Amino acid sequence: MVGQSWRPAAGTPADARPLASGFGEAVASDSSQCDGAADMIRRLFLSVALSFCALVLPAHAKDELVVAMTQTPGTWNPLISSMLAKSLISNMTARPLTAYDANWKLVCLACAELPTLENGKARTIDLPDGTKGMEIDVELRKLRWGDGTPVTSHDVVFTYEVGKHPLSGVASSEGYKRVLKLDVKDDRRFTMTIDRITFDYNSLGLTLLPAHIEKPIFDANPAEYRNKTAYDTDSTNPGLAFGPFRIVEIVPGSRITLEHNQTWTGEKPHFKRIVVKIIENTAALEANLLSGNVDYVLGELGLSLDQALAFDKRHKDKYNVIYKPALIYEHIDVKLDNRLFADRRVRQAMLLAIDRKAISEKLFEGKQPIADGPISPLDPMFSPGARRYGYDPAAARKLLDEAGFTTIKNGVRHDGQGERFSIEITTTAGNRVRELVAQVIQSQLRQVGIELRIKAEPPRIFSEGLNRRQFPALAMYAWVQQPGGVPRSTLYSTEIPSAENAWSGQNYPGYANPEMDKALDAAERALDADKRRALFADIQRIHADDLPVLPLFFRVDPFVIPKPLKGVVPTGTLNSSTLWVEQWRWEN
Amino acid sequence: MSRYLAARAAQTAVTLVLMSFVVYVLIGLMPGDPIDMMIAGDPQMTSADAARLRAVYGLDKPLFERYLAWALQALQGNFGYSRSFAQPVLSVLWPRLLNTVVLAGTAFVLATAIALPLGIWAATRPRSRTDYLINLLCFAGISAPPFWLALLFITFFAVFLGWLPAGGMADPRPGTPWFTALGEQLRHLALPAATLTLVQLGAYTRYMRGAMIEILRQDYIRTARAKGAPERTVLWGHAFSNALAPVLTVLALSFGGLVSGALITETMFAWPGMGRAIYQAILDNDYNLALVGLLIATLATMAGNLAADLGYVWIDPRVSIAGDAR
Repeated sequence: MVGQSWRPAAGTPADARPLASGFGEAVASDSSQCDGAADMIRRLFLSVALSFCALVLPAHAKDELVVAMTQTPGTWNPLISSMLAKSLISNMTARPLTAYDANWKLVCLACAELPTLENGKARTIDLPDGTKGMEIDVELRKLRWGDGTPVTSHDVVFTYEVGKHPLSGVASSEGYKRVLKLDVKDDRRFTMTIDRITFDYNSLGLTLLPAHIEKPIFDANPAEYRNKTAYDTDSTNPGLAFGPFRIVEIVPGSRITLEHNQTWTGEKPHFKRIVVKIIENTAALEANLLSGNVDYVLGELGLSLDQALAFDKRHKDKYNVIYKPALIYEHIDVKLDNRLFADRRVRQAMLLAIDRKAISEKLFEGKQPIADGPISPLDPMFSPGARRYGYDPAAARKLLDEAGFTTIKNGVRHDGQGERFSIEITTTAGNRVRELVAQVIQSQLRQVGIELRIKAEPPRIFSEGLNRRQFPALAMYAWVQQPGGVPRSTLYSTEIPSAENAWSGQNYPGYANPEMDKALDAAERALDADKRRALFADIQRIHADDLPVLPLFFRVDPFVIPKPLKGVVPTGTLNSSTLWVEQWRWEN
Repeated sequence: MSRYLAARAAQTAVTLVLMSFVVYVLIGLMPGDPIDMMIAGDPQMTSADAARLRAVYGLDKPLFERYLAWALQALQGNFGYSRSFAQPVLSVLWPRLLNTVVLAGTAFVLATAIALPLGIWAATRPRSRTDYLINLLCFAGISAPPFWLALLFITFFAVFLGWLPAGGMADPRPGTPWFTALGEQLRHLALPAATLTLVQLGAYTRYMRGAMIEILRQDYIRTARAKGAPERTVLWGHAFSNALAPVLTVLALSFGGLVSGALITETMFAWPGMGRAIYQAILDNDYNLALVGLLIATLATMAGNLAADLGYVWIDPRVSIAGDAR
């Protein structure tokens, strides 16, 4: 069994077997020359010596780690579709040019030095069409694909070519299209010209494709590339990896095995082999962890918070539980087309009536920080000046009265036209925590005269209703963000999904405020951090006043880490902890 | 016989074509499409991206046109690509089908091998303590939810005793002796197969018991006993083959389930089988994968029914495949 082969301590049968066998052979060859008593003495001596060796030798290093996660990755091509399960593994086999580290600071991974305005590697320029753009000089680190081919600027050019091609099947082409030109200086240096001035000019989350393998496939038929890519037809090809590990085996739906990539030029990983098991049920996941079938459950895609809290209490002696605040924003979208929410005082009253502090303490043991808006307090762009809503049912009742919901019949408010304040909250079925939160909110809103009906839908039905803006009143779910990210797609007026824009955009509440649009535009263009922070303060202020979305919590990622496993550093961002997998090690 | 088999093959082909259309339309009518899911997962996708991808995946065409295109390709042996796995559909389903046949087949054989004698034993001792005990166990097996049984087994045999792995399939290294590899396979198979066996055992035993009790009340059984035939001859020579016919129907109907997989058991034990594949394909809007998976399940059900029909002829000489009683 995989999980048992590494079992640590010296002196265990697994460790002793090869050693004993070697000594045994020596004994057998000598025994022919000795009598029985001498042989017995020698055997006794060897046994004692063996036991002594087992005690004094350092513990046998664990070179295989068995981890588990709850999702099966789909396509392995890094450009086609984004999926957490895939990126958790791809981050072990390749690296993006840049990523946010555990301190939410942008760092170079596949590049040599982060290009900034300050170091002169980025600059604003005038474009031929009279608009402003930027030029960014990038130098790649000395890296080689697993088959020995160097990683070069030509891989970058090819990756952008695939990203921009209309038939390649790449999900979001926006990031590629904004690159107007790529000037290759040499094998490791190139200059990018982008079509605008933007704060995230040096956030190059691009993972490179190996041109020497993928280009012939792409050139043969770009429309078929997504089906023919070597990532899926020849997934164990070493030439697809330049990270510390490479994939050596895939058993779909069951496990992925990775081994140390010998061409990796960075820090040598401590494990020779990592086996990633797919266990979709979290209860079974926990049982596998406890039984030793897996060593570690990937925190980003593993145990739920309630499981981790219980685990923390029961198995504190064997596991460290880290609650890493993540940029996952749990909130309630308010359908602003609904007449009941037309007056913003109603939305404010609802938020005042929800005791988020009590919910966090009772359901999450206070581990999930309360959100006052879309920007996390840990985000470098957070501004503490915006209005905050504590639990204040009296103020909520006053605001509802002022908004015209004065008549109360059977405990439920009615407006002047006799419309009953009865609304529906839609959320994802199967998410026990969300369903519990919805029940608590239902009871709290009832106290101020708002009737809330809960509708839990399967995720795909929920997702469809959200994309088409078909939810009648409230929708509870979460957003994943990047540090310093401008919440444009969720708050900008042109991002309201409609048939005209093929239901794209994530402004599901239907929020449109020119002042907010202006602040979002300016924040995207501001290159100076202080100026951006001021603009973010405006965004948070306007959001807190208008409340198109009721903020609830910032989720925490619970990482249940066995005590001997060191070096796992949760990030709380989309850049997973596996980007630094070479630092993971087992210390008995 | 060959005419009969040819007619059944033609029936099966027509049913599969009809089923493929019905399933394709039903999946197509479900809310959302794959691009909606991509939009939900990628905030940077623009309206142009969505329109472009719908064209790339052919989702901008009417449903019937899409079905025809798929059917024409399928007739040439190309069942399309799985969008989730980026692999040809058959490449995704084939290993899962084998895994499911191993798991569900083992459980089916075990359940049948235990249930039939147990049902007969209970039927020969109606209302005895043994009968009550067997009934109790049967109802327990029928009532126990598979996920609960699975968790119970994992907790007891994997976590508490540490005897068996908690899930997954065996991972023998290259060069492992065949008997060691087989042992590992069996260790991994033990808990999921035991769960599935227990889930099926109760129902099969009850069916066998009921059918047997009914047959044992027949006049010809009484006559055989009156003529002094030994009890073993009465039971196995006269009663068993007649009681088997209704049980065979139940077993044949459950044959389709063998292939479509045991979703809950497969999920709990991380067993990569057909049930999980079809379920996930439906959730992910992976049309081709869900469609072909369900068609394979349909084919298996029809094959099971055919086997049952042939089985009737074998166990009951009065039945002929032409349908006329002899």
